[in-house]
Amino acid sequence: MTQFAFALLGRLSWSQFPQDAITRGGAAGIVLGLLFVLAVITYLRKWKWLWKEWFTTQDPKRIGVMYIIVALVMLLRGGSDAVLMRTQQAVSVGNNYGILNSNHFQQIASAHGTIMIFFVAMGLMFGIINLVLPLQIGARDVAFPFLNATSFWLFFAGMALVNSSLVIGDFSAAGWLSYPPLSELQYSPTVGVDYWIWSLQIAGVGSLLSGINFLVTVLRMRAPGMSLMKMPMFAWSVLGSMSLVAFAFPILTVTLALLALDRTIGTHFFTAGGGGNAMMYVNLIWAWGHPEVYILVLPAFGVYSEIVATYARKKLFGYTSMVWAIWIIVLLSFTVWLHHFFTMGAGSNVNAFFGIMTAVIAIPTGVKIFNWLFTMHRGRISFKSPMLWFMGFVVTFTIGGVAGVLMSVPIIDYQVHNSLFLVAHFHMMIVGGVLFGYFAALTYWFPKIFGFRLHEKLGTYAFWFWISGFLTAFIPLYILGFMGATRRLDHYSASLGWQPLFIVAGFGVVLIGIGVGFQVLQLVVSIWQRNERRDLSGDPWNGRTLEWSVPSPAPFYNFTKQPVVTDRDQFWVDKQSGKKRRTEYEDIVLPKNSGLSVAIAACAFMVGFGMIWHMYWLALLMLFGIITTLVVRSMNEEPEYVLTAREVEKLDHARIRKLKEYEAYQ
Amino acid sequence: MSSKPLVSDHDEQQLSYGRYTAGFLVSIGLTFCAYWIATHVNADRNLLAIILALLAITQFAVQMILFLHISEERGPRWRLAAACFMLCVVLILVGGSIWIMNNLNYRMSPQQVLQYMQSQDNL
Amino acid sequence: MSTATEANGIEIRREREATEKTVFGFWVYLMTDCVLFASLFAVYAVIHGNTFGGPSGKDIFKLPYVLMETFALLTSSFTCGLAMLAAQRKAKRQVLFWLGVTFSLGLTFLCLELNEFHHLTSEGNSWRRSGFLSSYFTLVGTHGLHITFGLLWMAIMMIYIWKRGLTDTVRKRLTLLSLFWHFLDVIWIFIFTIVYLYGSIGL
Repeated sequence: MTQFAFALLGRLSWSQFPQDAITRGGAAGIVLGLLFVLAVITYLRKWKWLWKEWFTTQDPKRIGVMYIIVALVMLLRGGSDAVLMRTQQAVSVGNNYGILNSNHFQQIASAHGTIMIFFVAMGLMFGIINLVLPLQIGARDVAFPFLNATSFWLFFAGMALVNSSLVIGDFSAAGWLSYPPLSELQYSPTVGVDYWIWSLQIAGVGSLLSGINFLVTVLRMRAPGMSLMKMPMFAWSVLGSMSLVAFAFPILTVTLALLALDRTIGTHFFTAGGGGNAMMYVNLIWAWGHPEVYILVLPAFGVYSEIVATYARKKLFGYTSMVWAIWIIVLLSFTVWLHHFFTMGAGSNVNAFFGIMTAVIAIPTGVKIFNWLFTMHRGRISFKSPMLWFMGFVVTFTIGGVAGVLMSVPIIDYQVHNSLFLVAHFHMMIVGGVLFGYFAALTYWFPKIFGFRLHEKLGTYAFWFWISGFLTAFIPLYILGFMGATRRLDHYSASLGWQPLFIVAGFGVVLIGIGVGFQVLQLVVSIWQRNERRDLSGDPWNGRTLEWSVPSPAPFYNFTKQPVVTDRDQFWVDKQSGKKRRTEYEDIVLPKNSGLSVAIAACAFMVGFGMIWHMYWLALLMLFGIITTLVVRSMNEEPEYVLTAREVEKLDHARIRKLKEYEAYQ
Repeated sequence: MSSKPLVSDHDEQQLSYGRYTAGFLVSIGLTFCAYWIATHVNADRNLLAIILALLAITQFAVQMILFLHISEERGPRWRLAAACFMLCVVLILVGGSIWIMNNLNYRMSPQQVLQYMQSQDNL
Repeated sequence: MSTATEANGIEIRREREATEKTVFGFWVYLMTDCVLFASLFAVYAVIHGNTFGGPSGKDIFKLPYVLMETFALLTSSFTCGLAMLAAQRKAKRQVLFWLGVTFSLGLTFLCLELNEFHHLTSEGNSWRRSGFLSSYFTLVGTHGLHITFGLLWMAIMMIYIWKRGLTDTVRKRLTLLSLFWHFLDVIWIFIFTIVYLYGSIGL
């Protein structure tokens, strides 16, 4: 009987809990942090409110906020990994072996990359799109609200799995992309790679569904009169990015599945023997991986377009060329993926082709940067913190970008492939391009969602610490790369003379940490002082696009009546012509809340957990649970409700009364 | 929009029956053709491969048009656009992967290079 | 126009827009599923030659058997179309009849395929044998998995139609199901050609 019970537990055992001080510390951190949050919610008796207002919501603005909260928490986790790595590399020289053993260092390095890409960058991106896109195109919601909520909860389930690896079991030590044969069962027998596979598979499904959702939203739910060429540039960038999501993520799904099959049922896709081809994995994962980086950066580019135009008080220069640039990038991003493995051994014809395509894709990106600069030219620029983030982006992205064009030449890439030069390049692109863009977006659109502005001065301090810290942390890495330092090193010889540069880089991380500290402080202070910071007009930055035409915070139904659009930057045009839109009320159809998305994700988490720990009965049962939940959902004949015009009017009047109260604080 | 349909419902049904039946019969024909060619025709393998591929692509087009109604979309033809984009991605992914992986094979050890070259020259 | 008719007109237009939106969204999903299969085809193309001393396609594929499977699936695609036409006419019993035929043919296809898999596995040629067999089982098996989900969906739809009749929602979902089913047959064209036909001529 006990034998049967143990069999049910698969690979689980007491020895799978963390065994040494540092890993126990990590586990304790997560568990205590979680318990603390749960305790606070229970103490404040907010469970019902959380369930009703947040967990079961179909309002994309709330879903967006949840995405962003998860992403920012994961930023702290990924950042802690970075601090540990930098510390290790600054001290682990000669006879000193630092604070982490090799295996642990590799796990941290793998976790850092995985978390930052899949849970921070993707989370911020989907979060911001949820917040802004429907408002910008004059819609009330996304195309498929229930799907949207499900996508978020699948993302959450993936995040929960990754963090579970800190508490029980270990994480992959095979890098953020888990190349075989290292990631195969023979060389990675522990659950680590399985955690990696399943958290990404689940989050990946969520991403794919979001890609389809937002694509249909842009194509089908624009306000009447808003033709595609009248859309804000951010909406265009979302359309481009989501096209990439839809057509690239299935490749990831397949690749993860094949690796999982190799590790569970003994197939020979990527094994060293049996007819497998490990190089095929590298080929496939990058066929997804390259579009992925454009998925992340395109919406950031869209954010910059909005911010530069607003803060330069000038319409975006070269709208049409910007649209073309997006679509050329989308198309070309599918033709460059081999540049991630020039050194894998392809012949010169193949390498040359992909090298040329890589150089070519820099052109539309350059067009975009010049267009932003031309937008600024002769504008009346206000250097608020979103604009500062943009300027920081221009500096870092340009440095990183030219490093990239350098590496697009296969001969040069042979010298610097997998060195710290590469690491510096892609960090400058992702942090300088993607992260700075999403930081700028958060500051820019914060008042629209929450109704009050963030503390500007603290935001400025945060920026300056971030940019100085970031350059201090990564410029030395370019030099180290040229000096021969490879990536993922947890120890090196003293005679190499690398340590001083690693120490400088470590200092850079300290500066970034202070920057993060200022961001946290900014949030806390802003919430504390929110009454003095109220955005009463709904248009705190003198904006150009439709989202600024609704009050702050935006009501859950977005618009009392869907606007009719005749021009680009319609809101700006209205303001210039002095046209005031009359507030009209009409019946609004909205989706009802649903807890089934949470159920699906909970089941998905269990499927992942079951597969990882070889508790196949659990995985199968929970798969059945997902199917059942979907059938239950399909039986719901009335997923929507009607908010009558009278009710909307009452809500609106209540809002106006609240505004009057807030005015007293100003 | 309440515009009067150009074709009556009954005629539309007849048209659709015609489409489905035609699609079915043509597909059966193409399938059988391909089967017969693969089993009874003795020719250069690569030539056969091209013919069979063309038959498959034809059946694909027939089914897209007659079963999946891709040509019947009114208004901006987004389904067609999505399908074309998908085809681009598929061709690049499959073609590119085959090109890359073959090329990697080509640069294996001397004995393997010899083997590879021999297989290419049908020796 | 009176407000009642106006409201009804708006209602109908909203319904049609919602349907078109859902159909388009599902179409985009089908396109992504094509990329999924394309990835599996790419893998098959690259490692189908890696037989690792085991059998190749030529050794294990029985074309007449596969032709039977193909005709079953193809016919089911046709009968699914007939079911859709009946749904347009709101002919509930005809819909149920044709869906039943489609289901039976689909189930036949699945059983034939499972039998083929069982036969291979029992003689030692499972997915563990070689890279070729791994990619064969995964490519064809993924298609079979899609068929399984399609059949499940079809069964549930038949229950819905029986219990609730041909409401707008049901007919919208039938449209999605028929798109899915046709798409599976389209994928099979390529599996039939590239896996079985190419395999049998030694490519």
